[in-house]
Amino acid sequence: MTIKTEVPSPFCGIGTDDLVLNVDGLSINVLANGCAINTPAFEQVIGDIAPRVKGQEVTLETAVKKAAELIAPSNQTLIGGCATDVNGMRALVSLADHSGAVVDNLAFNASRRNILALQDSGWMNTTLAEVKNRCDLLVVIGTDLEKVSPRFFEQFIWNESPMFLDDSTQRKVVYLGKEPSGQAAVSPAGAQVKVLPCADEDLPELVAVLRALIKGRKISHYEIDGIAITDLKALAEQLQQAAYGVVTWSASELDFSHAELTVQVICELVKELNEQTRCSGLPLGGCEGDQTANQVSAWLTGYPARLSFAKGFPDYDPFLYEAQFLLKNGEVDVMVWVHDFNTQALPPSDVIPLIVVGRSGMHFEKEPDVFIPVGTPGIDHRGHAFRMDGVVAIRLQKLRESGLPSTAEVLTLIEQAL
Amino acid sequence: MSSAIRIKNGKVYDPLNGIDGEIKEICVQDGKIVDSVPDDSPCIDAHGMVVLPGGVDIHCHIAGHKVNLARKFMPENKRHDVSPRVNELRSGTGGSVPSTFTTGYRYATLGYTTAMEAAVPPLGARHTIEELHDTPVIDKGFYILLANNVCLNQLLEKGRMEEFREAVAWWLNAAKGYGVKLVNPGGDEPWKGHKNSNVHDLDEQIRGFDLTPRKIIKALIDATNDLGLPHPAHIHCNNLGHSGNYTTTIETMKTAEGRRVHITHIQFHSYGGEVGKNPTSKAKEISDFINNNPNVSADVGQVMFGEATIMTGDAPLTWQLRNMTNKKWINADTECESGCGILPFSYQEHIYTHALQWAIGLELFLMAKDPWRMVLSTDHPNGGSFMNYPKLIRLLMDKQFRKEQAALANQKAINSTSLLDLEREMSMYEIAIISRAAPAKLLGLTHKGHLGVGGDADITIYDDQEDKEAMFNAARYVIKSGKFFIKDYEFCSDFQGRILHVEPEYDHAITQKLRPFFEDYYTIQFDNYPIADSYIHDGEVVPTKSLS
Repeated sequence: MTIKTEVPSPFCGIGTDDLVLNVDGLSINVLANGCAINTPAFEQVIGDIAPRVKGQEVTLETAVKKAAELIAPSNQTLIGGCATDVNGMRALVSLADHSGAVVDNLAFNASRRNILALQDSGWMNTTLAEVKNRCDLLVVIGTDLEKVSPRFFEQFIWNESPMFLDDSTQRKVVYLGKEPSGQAAVSPAGAQVKVLPCADEDLPELVAVLRALIKGRKISHYEIDGIAITDLKALAEQLQQAAYGVVTWSASELDFSHAELTVQVICELVKELNEQTRCSGLPLGGCEGDQTANQVSAWLTGYPARLSFAKGFPDYDPFLYEAQFLLKNGEVDVMVWVHDFNTQALPPSDVIPLIVVGRSGMHFEKEPDVFIPVGTPGIDHRGHAFRMDGVVAIRLQKLRESGLPSTAEVLTLIEQAL
Repeated sequence: MSSAIRIKNGKVYDPLNGIDGEIKEICVQDGKIVDSVPDDSPCIDAHGMVVLPGGVDIHCHIAGHKVNLARKFMPENKRHDVSPRVNELRSGTGGSVPSTFTTGYRYATLGYTTAMEAAVPPLGARHTIEELHDTPVIDKGFYILLANNVCLNQLLEKGRMEEFREAVAWWLNAAKGYGVKLVNPGGDEPWKGHKNSNVHDLDEQIRGFDLTPRKIIKALIDATNDLGLPHPAHIHCNNLGHSGNYTTTIETMKTAEGRRVHITHIQFHSYGGEVGKNPTSKAKEISDFINNNPNVSADVGQVMFGEATIMTGDAPLTWQLRNMTNKKWINADTECESGCGILPFSYQEHIYTHALQWAIGLELFLMAKDPWRMVLSTDHPNGGSFMNYPKLIRLLMDKQFRKEQAALANQKAINSTSLLDLEREMSMYEIAIISRAAPAKLLGLTHKGHLGVGGDADITIYDDQEDKEAMFNAARYVIKSGKFFIKDYEFCSDFQGRILHVEPEYDHAITQKLRPFFEDYYTIQFDNYPIADSYIHDGEVVPTKSLS
């Protein structure tokens, strides 16, 4: 039995690195600072160790050889999932470059809402330490923040001694859209959260009206989608009066069509607030390797993680290279699914020849042609993962000796076998 | 690695060893320059060719959070400039912010074998190192941003200078940095905390601190000298881009009081005129000061016409530029360690200010009496891509070409400078100084930038051509650490370069002072912050001079 302290997590997206764990052989228990996301992810029991080909246990060497045999003659390979650490993503892009594959991170449809806004007009964003030390008003749009990041408030809003504020309990929190599912946003002094509730599909209109109010436009309605215009005006004024307002959202929670336009309106209203005061956006995310995939892909190829190497060089298209779309159209003939973090994150079933490089413990409805169980970065091997703000690479530790290979090792072997 | 190479009959330019175009044999073994190699060693007959040490870029932006954000930000910048997979070489994309593999290959293709990433918030060092591992061929290091570090500023305002110096040393070790970078010293706090303001004068009080920019500058110049770092404080002065900023630049240089200091992209800091009005050239005043003060060195930060990307820790600057371009832009406040601004940009001949900036850069090169202290850079990609270096070299070597190019630019701007009166044409020897020998010397890289025995076998061989742009655009041979990257114009192998960093000594008691600061204000546990040696795949610790 070993007690490990200050353990960083690749699961929660906010770079939690104060976990206290008990590691006993292969079993892990979270002793302190766990949450609804991190605790089950760390405590997940290890499953298969041996790779399988068509359901039969084989050596790693055989499984790798079989995977290479499927990829080599393929006209178009698709590498999906792409949920891994920096080294895993590096090996994945290298394999794709070698085999002319399409690379598609499974969270890209959510990330795309942010990426399209970024690429079209840019943004003024901030990072967690700035929030922790400066933020005096937090506006949460369309997101149940404590569901997405259970410890966000404890770590970054109700922290004891922010550098540039006298007292963190003075901080104000306003929700627009989804209501908070718990009490995390209530200040330690008991100040309740202001909530302007609305349905997701009303957010485009409400965010647009909020922007108009910030710009001083006249709105001749008393109520928009059930929210009193006076409440929206009050929110606009709060943003204008805050010294360092922060507007946050999780793209995965803005699950309605053309949510990228709503993200863009949020980014633009933040910029406009900066004519008079400071305000910054804070897009959440970073769970299960989505930021890592986009970061590593960007430095290796110039583009975020939805691209094709079919032409012999990286070609980015945020729509055309969507895995589901390619599968539906029969445009790919082999799929490699990579997911180091979540045994429930299974590939689309009933597809073409399928190679799964996945977290040990995955159970499939239909056995893949090749399954190679791998370790999880931050548990079975060390590595780096990116936090939601894309600035901080967190140092993942090896906690136990499971003997499971890493995704990086497996994909490198497959590439070498091609 | 161990294979020996003999290069004979080449015209050698090796200023650090005083060799100016002599026909001289260069021998290589085990990655180093040696006296001789066995007679049967492979031989390059470099007849009709020029042999130079590998180029050294003292200031560029090629890796880290800001660079990578720029990549994601501008797909349109790359679609027209792809690098297909060739032989062993990885595919990638270019534009003004190339992908990592393409960055390494393109630098090497020009004959550059070392480059320094110039602005990394210490917390971004992990990410930067990961990117540098994927930037092949070249050796590289990075400077860490410390002039807006709240923890250091608090030590400084209390006058705790010894602890300040120890903390600087700790930070360099923790981040695996090569040097200390100052960007707009003291400007972050007014920007982030006080409604978009900035500092404008070196003696202005920084809101929120009992400090002035001058105190921060002085303290970091002293700390870098006292720690014996191979490269002194690397300063992006206050008031970048503002008309009339040359006085700030001269004041910054005076703050060094005779101690070593490096002023970066000084072209952007050499403007006369009044704030808010058109700038004028103060290249002469800046050059005179540097000519007379041997403790000061600079890189130019030449502007080249065409596509560029502004990316800087100087966030208030991009806030101002965004109104001029009306294009998309990014601001990113970064972990209470730095600011960051990114914006696509294009320098155009017909625009007065751009033409003036272009001319001032050339003036600075040509007016420098000591080329060892005024070295080549475009502040890639801020003044233009490093891919412009061959053209820039031709502008410096070829008076006629320079005049032709000047004739295409805004004449009001050109005529307001002394550019057309400058008849100087740089020699190959001087080019070898400003692109190789001098940057290596200023960086304290004693085994780079020259071809003497014991030096790193980083060698480029060009066909001797009249058109220097064509010549420097495509090296015929590039040897890095004794291995061929390009052999007779062909790419022949792919390999990693080293990461250069420093490990100045410090008293470990300082960690007890820093730990509580981290516990209160950082989002990373103190013990998870420093980067262990094992994360550097192939590193080289460049020694600091012992403290005396």
